[in-house]
Amino acid sequence: MSTQDIIDTLAGIAPGSALDAIRGRRPQARENAQKSYLALFEPTDAGDFSLAERAAVAAFVTGLHGVSPVAAFYGEKLAASADAAALVEPIKSEIERGKTSGPYGAFPAGPLSVDNEAGLIYRVSAERKPVLGPRLIAALEHAHLLVFHPRDAASADMKALLAAGWSTTGIVTFSQLVAFLSFQVRVVSGLRTLAAASAQEVAS
Amino acid sequence: MSTVNPPVVFTQDELGWVSWIDPLPEAELTERHFAGLVDRARAKSEYFRLLVRDPEVLEARTKTDKDIFYNTADGLPRAERELAAAATSRYNGCIYCASVHARFASTYSKRRDDVQRLLDEGVDADLGERWNAVVKASVALAATPIAFGPDNIAELRRAGLDDAEIVDVINGASFFNWANRLMLSLGEPSK
Repeated sequence: MSTQDIIDTLAGIAPGSALDAIRGRRPQARENAQKSYLALFEPTDAGDFSLAERAAVAAFVTGLHGVSPVAAFYGEKLAASADAAALVEPIKSEIERGKTSGPYGAFPAGPLSVDNEAGLIYRVSAERKPVLGPRLIAALEHAHLLVFHPRDAASADMKALLAAGWSTTGIVTFSQLVAFLSFQVRVVSGLRTLAAASAQEVAS
Repeated sequence: MSTVNPPVVFTQDELGWVSWIDPLPEAELTERHFAGLVDRARAKSEYFRLLVRDPEVLEARTKTDKDIFYNTADGLPRAERELAAAATSRYNGCIYCASVHARFASTYSKRRDDVQRLLDEGVDADLGERWNAVVKASVALAATPIAFGPDNIAELRRAGLDDAEIVDVINGASFFNWANRLMLSLGEPSK
């Protein structure tokens, strides 16, 4: 094992605790959530999606979910990335600009349209475009859509990524990374909430 | 090019899914790709042949998925794991994912009409104390920022779930925040 189990670490699950035992009942899920993390953040071949870009997107996505140990972890990961230190402040500023509440968006035109909910269509600020570059500009804008209003996604969004220099395989890995983080941040939040509720029960 | 006929309502019918970007052709799949697919039969699916462009990530994701939903040696009954998946998909707006997991929820619970009410009326449908608690917890987890809190835990416990079953709800609902985003953004459902 090159890394400690990341969900256990971020959720504060100690070996031998009740939640450690519960997670142990789904050993494949635990092991493969970890392998997903490693495949996304420590790939044998980063291919069409550089490690610096992965760190920048991860810091942005988890930051959009608000302050949490997960967001802090990926923020530090970005700061520690060899090629990405200059992105720390721009990403922080873009997180602040992108914060909103989801999920919102439109349903296919028809009976569900009454439930359509409008919301922020995020675009990177003009002043930070030069430091981010076309690939990351497109990535952050698409990541914001995935985080807050995925049901608005359209084929044109794929064309925008391709036009910004993303390969088809790069788009797949990038989409997996954003979607995986959407899972990881929730598992960690859920487990922390459960641990806190149990601790309170013991105390009272 | 096949013609896409997108569904405009949530349904338990079987739907197809059409990719917006190029999946790998079946003829180009190697053993590395088959390892990523986990089940060889998935080579027939456009969705999995797209995701298999990154086989290591797909393999880990597939095995995470299978253990969360199919490992029913203990913990939450399969029907309620599927309910968490369907409720998350209904709330995020993934008609394709909702169709698959609503069907599973109906099959395992034998409560097809209640599942249909979740699809028709949305996540506020009254499905009884236990299902309401599972749906509400799933919705709170799906919100961004995440709205899941101690009240959700208390409600799940009142409905009779122990901590291991609550972790199954958390895993199942969280996993669909992964699945929904892929299905919604890389292609679209077709009737």
